[in-house]
Amino acid sequence: MSTATKPTVATVWLDGCSGCHMSFLDMDERILILANAVDVVYSPVVDPKEFPASVDITIIEGAVSSVEDAHKAELIRARSKFVISLGDCAVTGNVPAMRNPYSPKELFERAYVENATEPADANARRMKLPVVGVPALRPHATPVHEVIKVDLFVPGCPPPADAIWFVLTELLAGRVPDPSALTRFGK
Amino acid sequence: MSVMTVQSLTLKIDGKDVSCQAGQTILEVAREHDIEIPTLCWLDGLTLWGGCRLCVVEVAGSPKLFAACGTACAEGMEVTTNSERLQKYRKTIVEMLFSERNHVCAVCVSNGHCELQSMAQKLGVNHVHLPYRYPKLTVDSSNDRFRLDHNRCILCTRCVRVCGEIEGAHTKDVKGRGINSQIINDLDQPWGESETCTGCAKCVHVCPTGALTERGTAVAEMNKKRQFLPYLTLMRENDK
Amino acid sequence: MTPEELQTLAARGQEKFAHYKHVLNVCMESGCVSSRSDTVADALDKEIAKRGAKEQICIKRVGCLCSCAQGPMVSQDDGKVLYKEVKAEDAGAILDAVGSKPVSRLQMPADHPFFTKQLRVVREHAGKFDPEDLEDSIRVGAYHGLMKVLTQMTPAEVIAEITTSGLRGRGGAGFPTGLKWSTVAKAGNPTKYIVCNGDEGDPGAFMDRSVMEGDPHRVLEGMAIAAYAVGAQKGVIYVRAEYPLAVKRLTRAINQATRQELLGANILGTKFGFTVEIRLGAGAFVCGEETALLASIEGRRGLPRPRPPFPANSGLYNCPTLINNVETFANIAPIINKGGAWFSKIGTAKSKGTKLFALTGKIVNTGLIEVPMGISLREIIFDMGGGIPDGRKFKAVQTGGPSGGCIPEKHLDIPVDYESLASVGSIMGSGGMIVMDDTSNMVDVARFFMDFCASESCGKCVPCRVGTYHMHEILRRINDGEGTSADLMLLRELCDTVKTTSLCGLGQTAPNPVLSTLRYFEQEYLDLISRAEATRAAAGDGHSKKAAGTTGLEVTL
Ligand SMILES: Cc1cc2nc3c(=O)[nH]c(=O)nc-3n(C[C@H](O)[C@H](O)[C@H](O)COP(=O)(O)O)c2cc1C
Ligand code: SF4
Ligand code: SF4
Repeated sequence: MSTATKPTVATVWLDGCSGCHMSFLDMDERILILANAVDVVYSPVVDPKEFPASVDITIIEGAVSSVEDAHKAELIRARSKFVISLGDCAVTGNVPAMRNPYSPKELFERAYVENATEPADANARRMKLPVVGVPALRPHATPVHEVIKVDLFVPGCPPPADAIWFVLTELLAGRVPDPSALTRFGK
Repeated sequence: MSVMTVQSLTLKIDGKDVSCQAGQTILEVAREHDIEIPTLCWLDGLTLWGGCRLCVVEVAGSPKLFAACGTACAEGMEVTTNSERLQKYRKTIVEMLFSERNHVCAVCVSNGHCELQSMAQKLGVNHVHLPYRYPKLTVDSSNDRFRLDHNRCILCTRCVRVCGEIEGAHTKDVKGRGINSQIINDLDQPWGESETCTGCAKCVHVCPTGALTERGTAVAEMNKKRQFLPYLTLMRENDK
Repeated sequence: MTPEELQTLAARGQEKFAHYKHVLNVCMESGCVSSRSDTVADALDKEIAKRGAKEQICIKRVGCLCSCAQGPMVSQDDGKVLYKEVKAEDAGAILDAVGSKPVSRLQMPADHPFFTKQLRVVREHAGKFDPEDLEDSIRVGAYHGLMKVLTQMTPAEVIAEITTSGLRGRGGAGFPTGLKWSTVAKAGNPTKYIVCNGDEGDPGAFMDRSVMEGDPHRVLEGMAIAAYAVGAQKGVIYVRAEYPLAVKRLTRAINQATRQELLGANILGTKFGFTVEIRLGAGAFVCGEETALLASIEGRRGLPRPRPPFPANSGLYNCPTLINNVETFANIAPIINKGGAWFSKIGTAKSKGTKLFALTGKIVNTGLIEVPMGISLREIIFDMGGGIPDGRKFKAVQTGGPSGGCIPEKHLDIPVDYESLASVGSIMGSGGMIVMDDTSNMVDVARFFMDFCASESCGKCVPCRVGTYHMHEILRRINDGEGTSADLMLLRELCDTVKTTSLCGLGQTAPNPVLSTLRYFEQEYLDLISRAEATRAAAGDGHSKKAAGTTGLEVTL
């Protein structure tokens, strides 16, 4: 099969632990079959730094936590034919969303001032708050579908490799799969 | 000795002819015939609550839905338990529960043994299309042996009922109303300071989620055992 | 007391007031008392004493004189002259005017349609006697109906009479009263209860309060007749604690009636016994729902439970219980006195009798009105209510409170009856009627009622507890200019789920204000949303929520 006709797949890592990507890679030799069938055009595991202009299937891991995550999600949606939320962080917000009952300000205070040991003076500690060059946190870390339209949900923390394999092979065959027999919230 | 004659009824559930005794609920009869109707607040051995609304079914001739747990069978009734419409309502109700509090299955001691989690899977709830509320809720770890995590409570009141009806301690109750309802111990004291709690653990074991758990369990380790409930209920009935 | 003694008492009541040349009635219901009608009555008393006119002019403290927003109200000689916004200082002027030309600066036209289009059955005598005076109450007919049923009718005949009347419950749902009574009568258990629902939780409604304050004996009489008809021995009136005056008058009435053997072990010298006690509600809206109300009376949390069993079969302490609304009970005595056939001539084919409404909002004449069923909304709002003030245009009228809906101009000619109101997406409800002009924002109206339902939801069932929260949040977002078209879709979906799956009437009807405003004023929602979307687009924050559906791929591995 020539490269030009292969469907393109992108995987994106937003606010997640990368466990979903690990699970993806965990499908053993089947990964070779997949690699043959599709072109992975953008992913933490491949080289390109720019999200391509058009992608057939984009898989998103992680919640939308920062303003940058939200911009990425927008861009992905605009350039992808089919978007999958992979894993609980993308689907439900999961662990990143556990901060949501608190405001970003409270979080920063907790992490960088209250719980920091150095230096001794709280005001000096406050000076260490990272404010330059890091994307701003949104008030809430949200599931991807609260920001963009998502075409398929694959819950699980992480979703088992079998579920990912099933979903991708079905999609490649032109069917929209229901992976609920293979995975669930928190799996 | 008196001979009790119980009237028997025939009805249709999902097109299947079934017979039952007068006074039996749709839920009871359906389960006797292996027809699955989802429930969360209902528990064999406790009084009827009727709050989760997952067991709503259609009865031919009425535009209204009926909660199978509290509706008695009637002669000639035609019940539908699993139409597309019902599935849609049930999914939304389960989603409402997920949106209401902070259920983070991945880091829950009940992961893999939770009725809310498995209900979502069974009903095909693979995401929540309602916005999450993210309420700020507390965890009561004041008791030496048990923990109450309000983040994971679905307000089914099984704990309240088992505590009052079976253990007879009435330690647990509900405070507030509407979205602000919350399970309390005694008069809203820390559980560890309760003078009425007998430490029987019944509430922990009837709780469908990770809201009530044993301390010292790690993620996915909390497996509830509730075999005691039908047993105690049976013993009690024999006593009468 | 024997029937003869009742007649004597009535005659004594007549005599007591017969020698007065004039009577000045001062409204002493909560509305007027809150604008200090008590000081007006006291000032009139003092002024009469000063003038030595005590034997010619009588001052009575009476029930509602209807124009509640213009109180304190004073009526001279049973409504021949009506005064509004009377102050204590006006006492002299009013007394000067008795028997000559009325004080024009205080006068209200008593021949205004607001008064003349009313038909008084429930409030037949209200405003004409002192509700705290048993003799005066009996003078205008109290307990004559009870005497009639005890001396001349069998319980079955009483129920037949109520059935013939076509009376339907005034608590909201309009259930046929005769049918309810006969169900309780047939129930096997010898211990039965009568419960009067005086919870009146709808925001802005005060019809039941007015009946309890203005004619408490009539409520007791209705309950006693019901008890005789269904075979009950005990009654409970459930009144919200926010109605202290109603509680005071009912308590006094119960004591008076008990002392005179109009309540108690041997009523009117017969073997029939019936006692009544009062239970105070803490003001939760859901406690007006009958099963929650019963739980509350029993001392438990006021939570609804699944029905059946209906209270008629298993209610208070698991005994058969007849539960009716205050206004329903207040209709009983006139039906017994004048006959069910007479009553059934008032109103429409399926809605008989009259209905009390608390007319409020953007309308010239506000107050309490009693109108025959079948009158049109237009007559109520434009003839009786005098239309919309400040030259503004009518927009909608809200009936049925948080369970009801908003009715637009084009439906103003429908008759006021249970079915017609339902057909246009509202309900009769207990009688709140709020008029809105063209300045009203209908999304905000829906938001207001949803806020009410969400904060009054008991929290027992999931769809109402969580659904009303989400619906309120969506309405708030749309109203605050943060809404999206996806919000609107979700709102519609939630309306359907909450309405269909909730346990009790609160949740089942909570979506109604949203549904009716969506039905008639959808454009207001759409305008707010498109304005919000335009603002977001200008700020470069337009979320692209378009779906793909399928991949369109065909790859074999
Ligand atoms: C949420 C809710 C609130 C209610 N509030 C009242 C009330 O305040 N007063 C009342 O009479 N009925 C109220 N009802 C209706 C009662 O449940 C009951 O139907 C009524 O009291 C029966 O009396 P009726 O047949 O005379 O109307 C309410 C119902 C619901 C669902
Ligand atoms: S703590 Fe558990 S048993 Fe108790 S109400 Fe909450 S979910 Fe139900
Ligand atoms: S519908 Fe609302 S008020 Fe009624 S039982 Fe459910 S939660 Fe309570």
